[in-house]
Amino acid sequence: MTSLFEEITPEASGDVPTRKITISINGEQRSANVEPRLLLAHLIRQGFKLTGTHTGCDTTNCGACTVLLDGEPVKSCTMLAVQANGHEVTTVEGLAGPSELHPIQEGFKDEHGLQCGFCTPGMMLTAKALLDRNPDPTEEDVRWALAGNLCRCTGYQNIVKAVLWAGDKLRGEADGGEES
Amino acid sequence: MVLDELKIGGLGSSRRRVEDDRFIRGKGNYVDDIVLPGMLHMEILRSPVAHARIKKIDTTRAWDMPGVRLVLTGEMMAARNLAWMPTLSYDTQAVLATDKVRFQGQEVACVVADDPYIAKDAIEAIDVEYEVLPAIVSPEQALAPEAPLIRDDKANQQDNVIFDWEVGDKAGTDAAFARADVVSKIEMHYPRSHPSPIETCGSIADFDRATEKLTVYMTSQAPHIIRAAVALVAELPEHMIRIVSPDIGGGFGNKVPVYPGYVASILASILLERPVKWIEDKTSNLMSTGFGRDVYLQGEMALRADGKILAVRMHTDSDHGAFFSDAQPSKFKIGLMHSTFACYDIPTAHLTAKGVYTNKAPGGVAYRCSFRVTEAMYFQERMVQAAADDLGMDQAEFRRRNFVRDDDFPHRTAFGFLTDSGQYGKCLDVGLEAIGYEDFLKEKEEAAKRGKLLGIGISTMTEPLGAGNSREYDILGIKMFDSAELRVHMTGKAILRTGAKTQGQGHETTWGQIVAHELGIPAEDVLVEEGDTDTAPFGMGTYASRSTPVAGAAVSMVARKIRAKARKLAAHLLEASEEDIEWELGRFHLRGDPSRGVTIQECAMAAYSNLPDGLEPGLENVAYYDPPNLTWPFACYIATVEVDPGTGVWDVLRVVAVDDCGVRINPMIVEGQIMGGLTEAYAMANMQFITFDEEGNCIGGNYMDYLLPTAWETPGFELHEVVTPCPHHPIGAKGIGECATVGGPAAFVNAVMDALKGHDVRNIDMPLLPDRVYKAMTERTDVSGAPPLRME
Repeated sequence: MTSLFEEITPEASGDVPTRKITISINGEQRSANVEPRLLLAHLIRQGFKLTGTHTGCDTTNCGACTVLLDGEPVKSCTMLAVQANGHEVTTVEGLAGPSELHPIQEGFKDEHGLQCGFCTPGMMLTAKALLDRNPDPTEEDVRWALAGNLCRCTGYQNIVKAVLWAGDKLRGEADGGEES
Repeated sequence: MVLDELKIGGLGSSRRRVEDDRFIRGKGNYVDDIVLPGMLHMEILRSPVAHARIKKIDTTRAWDMPGVRLVLTGEMMAARNLAWMPTLSYDTQAVLATDKVRFQGQEVACVVADDPYIAKDAIEAIDVEYEVLPAIVSPEQALAPEAPLIRDDKANQQDNVIFDWEVGDKAGTDAAFARADVVSKIEMHYPRSHPSPIETCGSIADFDRATEKLTVYMTSQAPHIIRAAVALVAELPEHMIRIVSPDIGGGFGNKVPVYPGYVASILASILLERPVKWIEDKTSNLMSTGFGRDVYLQGEMALRADGKILAVRMHTDSDHGAFFSDAQPSKFKIGLMHSTFACYDIPTAHLTAKGVYTNKAPGGVAYRCSFRVTEAMYFQERMVQAAADDLGMDQAEFRRRNFVRDDDFPHRTAFGFLTDSGQYGKCLDVGLEAIGYEDFLKEKEEAAKRGKLLGIGISTMTEPLGAGNSREYDILGIKMFDSAELRVHMTGKAILRTGAKTQGQGHETTWGQIVAHELGIPAEDVLVEEGDTDTAPFGMGTYASRSTPVAGAAVSMVARKIRAKARKLAAHLLEASEEDIEWELGRFHLRGDPSRGVTIQECAMAAYSNLPDGLEPGLENVAYYDPPNLTWPFACYIATVEVDPGTGVWDVLRVVAVDDCGVRINPMIVEGQIMGGLTEAYAMANMQFITFDEEGNCIGGNYMDYLLPTAWETPGFELHEVVTPCPHHPIGAKGIGECATVGGPAAFVNAVMDALKGHDVRNIDMPLLPDRVYKAMTERTDVSGAPPLRME
């Protein structure tokens, strides 16, 4: 049997095959022996105790489990942990330090871009990938980029505004602190 | 200087949300985030077929798997008298099947193991032998003379009928129809839908043998109801049961009922004396937990030639699935369906309703709605459009002619509800102005000449939100009041707890605003806690838009009790009699000398440090609030669409929403609620439904089949407001969370039907999928969406 679910321990007992993987998670190198079938979302949540990554649908549709893999958004509920071996993973906990907020986080609060909060981490990470790639998106760009993340509370309008708000702020900072 | 209420985050402030600070950091605390020492994991084996007799369950292979701690079957539950549980609608529901399975996805067995992967493996190792029986997936099939009996477990059940119910005046309605110049008719199916919060249901049961205390962390919109249910079902002492609803990832009615998984996890924890976590996957959630709608609506309207509605006749056949476990007030079998036409002045009406069992998942919940009012208002507004068309009248003018007038309140509806306020005509005018009604009609005419199909749909409605009053509203006999407890600490900071449970509505933010309004204590000085039955006062939870109307009112009332005591303290501090003291926001002062006063914070300190003789120390209280009536928000939703004649695809051009929910506590949050509701309305009109094939297979059991709108499809919304304060609510507020979901669908459907005018089509069942619209246009026929789904 495996002991991998509750605690990441150096070795699993019994006859379950495991593989040692090393992942950079939010800038920190972490190693674990994992069953090949362990999903990345579960490694992040139960193994690394980073519960801001949520699992919603198990079929890559809802995007609550979205994390950044080398900067690109992926659905961690349908990716195996072993596939992330040697890669950089960013979760919501890695968006900003404990006492500060990323402009995307600020934007979501300021524009009321969340209600129950369950989809929010995935939304924000998808938004980050968009703004990293396209710092000045149109509303249509934002809507298209977010189409892989479902929200049942907000109706998206305020999420779109939140991302545009963050884009404005990030560009303002890049221009020397003036908000456009 | 008098305090500026907006500056302390009082009523009307679009205060940013307190709860967001943890959610945007990924620091929410949802059930699946909770890890207890020694916790085990439970998975449920579900029936692959819709209707079958269970011949044999063999769990040997599962028991033998390493890491498996417990395999539960119906037989083991039955030995503890837990194989069946009561529902919220006085029926029974199988926890784990013993005799038959009655819907696809029904709970058959559970495995508890060291981790969920092992539990899932072990589920696969349970062998069940089924004798498959014919499946029933519609009321028509259920009521056929030779239909198989679904509930043969019930001694006196001879057929598949759950109830026959009626309300209104049959004789009066018949007489009015006899006088009618025109009779309009419509028949529709409001399809089965699922609330589908992104977070599924789940629980962690933690029974501590040493203390005999059972703690259950769970996704419940109504934790106190769950505590009562556990006490009754599991026969555990109520004071030794603690239900905790932590952060909830959306509810929309799905998280009101008691589900077998909760019960099984509780029993497993008691047997194993370890915490047991059960987290549903999405397919289980969609296939087995509380659905919404699934009602067949038939209506007739008696009309005078000048456009006056004389009477309405309505019949509903509702499909409740295998167990009648609707979550609704016990007095009304088809929820508040009879709130239909409440905004129109109609002399008489009659409703008959039949409910049936089918081989589908149970649990008709108020999916973002106040107990079937979504169906009621959809029926109403589709009927209104059909009638206006039959009379050849403008649809806006027809509504205006029949609205209850502003000076006609309180108004008793034909079905007996008492509406108390509204400016219906004004709301409609604001909506028409915003959309540019006359211009659009011209544009539509012009476009038609170029072969383009434009349409405009209107939906106007008032709906009953905020059950109860306790005279008429109860669940399982428990009256639908709610509560708030406020403790003001000596420094003037406070903690507030209510019997409601926020799931995204922002109570942690808005309740503080009500306290700020009543006491002048800044909202940021009020900590709000909900969801723990050991600490929160008893309440009936959050659904049916009842939080602001009931718990929110209790917040006002408890703050007023605090203010009354603070007045005594102020009198003591100012060495005056209470009668000589006046209240301004946050401060008492001497009548005639506003310069001599004490703040609420100074009164709070005195409550702990400087008391007059005979006054009880402390500054805390609790209020239980039983509202005198429901609240009646009003709304006007208008959508414009363009239908592609070549494909049946329709695009939304604009959506205008005018909501009158009385006084807005936090306008930002109110608008957020409206936009969320409009999106669910759009979803139901456009794509979102669950159907079944002839064998009872659920079509829509995952997000690849059950389509939800994304940011890409969802239209933009233009919001407007009219404010008519609720005359009986302490701060004049009304419910708002569900208005747009309730009233919105008809606006979209009416718009598409308006675009198809001239195609001899009266109705296309939701969702208006392109193939349905195309068929209606080209074959000039109504299109039904009722199951069974036929693969053609």
